[in-house]
Amino acid sequence: MRNAFADEITKIGASDSRVVVLSGDIGNKLFDRFKLKNEGRFFNCGIAEANMMSVAAGMALSGLRPVIYTIAPFTTTRCYEQIRVDACYHNVPVVIVGTGSGLSYAELGPTHHSCEDLAIMRVLPNMTVLAPADEVELRQCLRGALQINGPVYIRIGKKGEPVVPKMQQKFAIGRSMTVRDGEDICLIVAGTLLPSVMQAAEALDALGISTRVESFHTVKPLDEATLGAVFGRCKVVAVVEEHSRIGGLGGAVAEWLARQSRPNARLITFGTDDCFMHEVGTQTYAREKFGLTALNIVSKVKALFNRASV
Amino acid sequence: MNDLKKIASEIRGRIIATSHNTRTPHLGSCLSCTDILVAAYFDTLKIDPTKPTDPNRDRFILSKGHGAAALFQVLGMRGFYSEGMLESYGEDGGLFAEHPPTPEHLPGIEAATGSLGHGLSIGLGMALAGRIKGQIYDVTVLLGDGECNEGSVWEAAMMAPIQKVGNLLAIVDFNKWQGTGRSEEVMELGPLVDKWRAFGWEACEIDGHDMGALRGVLGQPRTLIGKPQAVVAHTVKGKGISFMEDDNNWHYRIPDADELAAAYRELGLKL
Repeated sequence: MRNAFADEITKIGASDSRVVVLSGDIGNKLFDRFKLKNEGRFFNCGIAEANMMSVAAGMALSGLRPVIYTIAPFTTTRCYEQIRVDACYHNVPVVIVGTGSGLSYAELGPTHHSCEDLAIMRVLPNMTVLAPADEVELRQCLRGALQINGPVYIRIGKKGEPVVPKMQQKFAIGRSMTVRDGEDICLIVAGTLLPSVMQAAEALDALGISTRVESFHTVKPLDEATLGAVFGRCKVVAVVEEHSRIGGLGGAVAEWLARQSRPNARLITFGTDDCFMHEVGTQTYAREKFGLTALNIVSKVKALFNRASV
Repeated sequence: MNDLKKIASEIRGRIIATSHNTRTPHLGSCLSCTDILVAAYFDTLKIDPTKPTDPNRDRFILSKGHGAAALFQVLGMRGFYSEGMLESYGEDGGLFAEHPPTPEHLPGIEAATGSLGHGLSIGLGMALAGRIKGQIYDVTVLLGDGECNEGSVWEAAMMAPIQKVGNLLAIVDFNKWQGTGRSEEVMELGPLVDKWRAFGWEACEIDGHDMGALRGVLGQPRTLIGKPQAVVAHTVKGKGISFMEDDNNWHYRIPDADELAAAYRELGLKL
């Protein structure tokens, strides 16, 4: 995903001289082509994220399109006030990219985990929040983000995430992508857990439960039209994300659901527990620990579906 | 120079009257930077109040946003908006808060400040943008000495010289006080000029109430590529009113009617 980001931003930068990349002392080699093609528009801002965020806001206030890139916790929690005041209060087009989001850097320990970013970015006025599932969505999200006249946060994984084919449809920020159609259950995913969610959907289909999958690459603004449709049609809607069950897409959907008078479907959310992960482990281990697996999704969703069908 | 001094006295009077009328604090901080603001806006900045978004204008950021009451008066008198607008100061539903709003909401403002330690970085971004876009303008950022407690100030201080932003000027309104005490007793602030030099800046110190000295540093021609410049401006908190000078109670205190009248007398103004 990060290679796709570097490739796409290089292409966009070549055709839009307002695009500037700021990095927090990571991905130096990653941006070699950007630097070559877009001389004078790459800034290694060092390990000083607060300054980097405000510098980007100053550039955006002067008509540029800065894109900030560093590891998710350092481009969100580390410089949160600069995001709130300088990017959001001024409502300027700063694109903030958090790489290695969720549990991508599980092995590095909780300092490098990012399971709160969707919650804290979503609450900020003027902020658009994106969580692409794969590199195809990432490229679309990045191009879309650079069309928005306000701040955007994009959380991405690391590298090697498989691309999942979607159904034929036009991409738009704020509108989910239907990955597969189904009637009984809808699995909604924000981000790179899409392959596990697809496995779960196929397993549920094999059990005779027709399962739809929606990729909510846009967490904010929330795609209420799609939510209205799936909550009206299905018996169970599950939200799956590599993020705390507090405040992420699951939280956003729950807030929306509380305002609906007669939803047909029951909601279940999958995400990380409200804790720091003290054990060492790979991303796969960490996902298993928090039940972010096809197996667990199938078992929980099936149980809820059976109860709802009685 | 005498004209600038007269303007500064007039601005001081309006700041104190507004504080009295609307119970707005931070009087001491506003009075310490009044001369710097007047020198910049009435003497050296390349600005046109009728074109507040001209891409080639000089930028001035009041990073010590609690000096807003002074900035609002200066921008009004300079013609960025009608001075009558300032009558709504502090009113419910009005525009004038205790800190500067965003440029979108008030012409003449370059950045909404109030949370300290943001302005120098924003100014650095603006200075770099000028270079990238090939626009010739200078960026001046006015910081407080207390504000220099913020780590982000020194993050920006480290980045600016390596990027050779010759069009960036930082002024520290060194009034020797912050909210609760002497700034040099709260944190190890000094030696302030040497600190900026050690960070790679061209640095000097001046009397921040001397209009000639202010013209010298603010009006100095700058280049797109070069060393950023820091000026430590020695100032007096509450400057201009004998009973407010160097008395930190006026960080939050509001003048009563007698004090307002006394201040006007000292400034040679009529109430």
